Amino acid sequence: MNLRPDPTFHASPKLAMQAPVENYAFTVMLSPDGSQSDGIAVVDLKSGSDTYGQIVHQVIVPNKGDEFHHFGWNACSSSLSPLTGHAFLERRYLIVPGIRSSRIYVIDVKDPLKAKIHKTIEPEELFEKTGYSRPHTIHCGPEGIYVSCLGGGGKDGTDGPPGIFIMDCETFEIIGQYEMDRGKQDKHYDFWWNLPQDYMVSSEWGLPPQFENGIVPEDLLSNKYGHSIHFWDLRARKNIQTMDFGENYQMALEIRPAHDPTKSYGFCGVVVDTTNLQGAIFTWWRDDDGVWQSKKTITIDPRPEKPENLPPLLQGFEAVPPLVTDIDLSLDDKYLYVACWGLGEMHQYDVSDPMNPVLAGKVELGGIARGAKHPNGENFAFGPQMVEISRDGKRVFWTNSLYSTWDDQFYPDDEGGQMVMADVGENGGLTLNKDFYVNFPDGLRSHQIRLEGGDCSTDSFCYPSV
Amino acid sequence: MVDVTSMTALWWAVIFSGLYHGINPGMGWPLAVSAALMERKHSAMPKALAMLAAGHFLAMVGILLPFSLMMVLVQWEVELRIVAGLLVIAMGLYLLINRRHPKFLARVHPARLALWSFLAAMAHGAGLMLVPIFLGICAIGADDVGHSAARSLMGSNIVTAFFVAAVHTLSMTFAGGVIAVLIYRWLGLKFLSKTWFNLDIVWALSLVIVGVFGLYSALTGH
Repeated sequence: MNLRPDPTFHASPKLAMQAPVENYAFTVMLSPDGSQSDGIAVVDLKSGSDTYGQIVHQVIVPNKGDEFHHFGWNACSSSLSPLTGHAFLERRYLIVPGIRSSRIYVIDVKDPLKAKIHKTIEPEELFEKTGYSRPHTIHCGPEGIYVSCLGGGGKDGTDGPPGIFIMDCETFEIIGQYEMDRGKQDKHYDFWWNLPQDYMVSSEWGLPPQFENGIVPEDLLSNKYGHSIHFWDLRARKNIQTMDFGENYQMALEIRPAHDPTKSYGFCGVVVDTTNLQGAIFTWWRDDDGVWQSKKTITIDPRPEKPENLPPLLQGFEAVPPLVTDIDLSLDDKYLYVACWGLGEMHQYDVSDPMNPVLAGKVELGGIARGAKHPNGENFAFGPQMVEISRDGKRVFWTNSLYSTWDDQFYPDDEGGQMVMADVGENGGLTLNKDFYVNFPDGLRSHQIRLEGGDCSTDSFCYPSV
Repeated sequence: MVDVTSMTALWWAVIFSGLYHGINPGMGWPLAVSAALMERKHSAMPKALAMLAAGHFLAMVGILLPFSLMMVLVQWEVELRIVAGLLVIAMGLYLLINRRHPKFLARVHPARLALWSFLAAMAHGAGLMLVPIFLGICAIGADDVGHSAARSLMGSNIVTAFFVAAVHTLSMTFAGGVIAVLIYRWLGLKFLSKTWFNLDIVWALSLVIVGVFGLYSALTGH
């Protein structure tokens, strides 16, 4: 407990953008077959440092088969909420769940170079206290740490719906289920919110049997993955509206609300439209009557390809689908970054007008049947996936693995973990940085990135940028 | 003559406690800043401050009224003041030991400022901090009235309770309002986190000190 608020807590997105830049990145390392232990890599980002762009420390966990995926902070700028009156938590711990084991590690990164495990929550405790499994997205909010889970109870996670649970932000005790009234929500993936406006939005991937052993083509073609997003009364814990994009919009994944809390809109990325293999972004907003609306504002076309160049899964389609697997919004709500994991492209859209996004920049790297090389001449396995933007919006980082079993289906010949960075131009535009290329240790792939002091997909702000 | 001096001192204590509560972010000034910024109009701030004041006032009255009624039992005056002092000390010690934050405050809707302010004041024992001061004022008042009818004593105590709560709330709103306006108009949001101090321990100790003062003045007669 501090006497003053943590200096990495910022009242508004604008103040966060003006804050000192990040010195380190924390990146997930995962063993796709569970033969090694997973871990968190600490990457040096200090410009001018002798070890710039290198892994300077690793926290390797004692268990195997956890499969790290997403993770988040114990506390962020949401601690400055005027309602709490207590802004004295430290941004110090990373909450790292194993999506396959349902085990949760709390890692103390106060000194990034000496980061270590602070606490481990065993899967049995999670099952018993919440009835959920496969913990995934982490956000810190009004009642503590919120964690979305992809699975319900039982061995295959289909016994009861999945959902969100709350964890104490100081003791890391699991408190229990979040939902009072979940309405139609029966699958889960991502969630985020607008704290002063008191709403939350959640999304859907699929149930554990639909992803754990790889994508199930029959389920995809019969539109059985998630295609709805849910709007919640955050504090009443009640689903107030379920919005179905249409069953062909398979896998509505990342939810990115505008960071400025006076705005009532955001974006959601859809992996694939099964009618035409397009990737899509929907803009959602609240109309004057308080009803949530949405509109498809970005489509990305598939690329025709000869069947012999394609993995067996895609040969019948004779095309490479873009596969929009992650999106991220800069803190000024100006640029939306869209990872096209199939095409091997990172797109940058100017979303100053959220209803009319304009493509402002693009980088090619990796990709199915393309394998575009990094400017330093090295290979980039798979395609651009988890993307994270620096607070000042000038640097964009990303890694390459989607999910162990899915990587193997879409890229049967690729292997490896890489993290790269692109520089953002003064007026938009995206250029890969030749000097930043992190190759992860053999046998380990990489997924989500968190930046020291907060980034564009962690912090929730309670005051507008003025 | 002594009574007039201590009466003045006690009223100053009421005002001072109000200023003290006002500067504590836990009593709500950041909400006034946020309301003005979120609604993008200046008039939102006085409205927010008024709602916070209403909640705080109710919390003060809610604590003081029962004590004002009990003070009618003049023969138990000293005992009552001792119990009140001990109660305030106990609240202070509880807050010192239990450093966890009241979670239920996070469940109040951000727009229900008066309810939030009422609950925040209750959870932090803000009203209790006033009790020993208030009882001191009542005791002096009772001496002035002499052993007049219980009914008139009760009436005057109730009036005093409302008056103490009002003066305290006004000074609280003044202090919180000054900080909120400074940040909103001139200093900017950067100062929001700069002026935000952790008062948890100081606050708990304040309760203990006020409780001890209550005990002392009860035992020594004023």
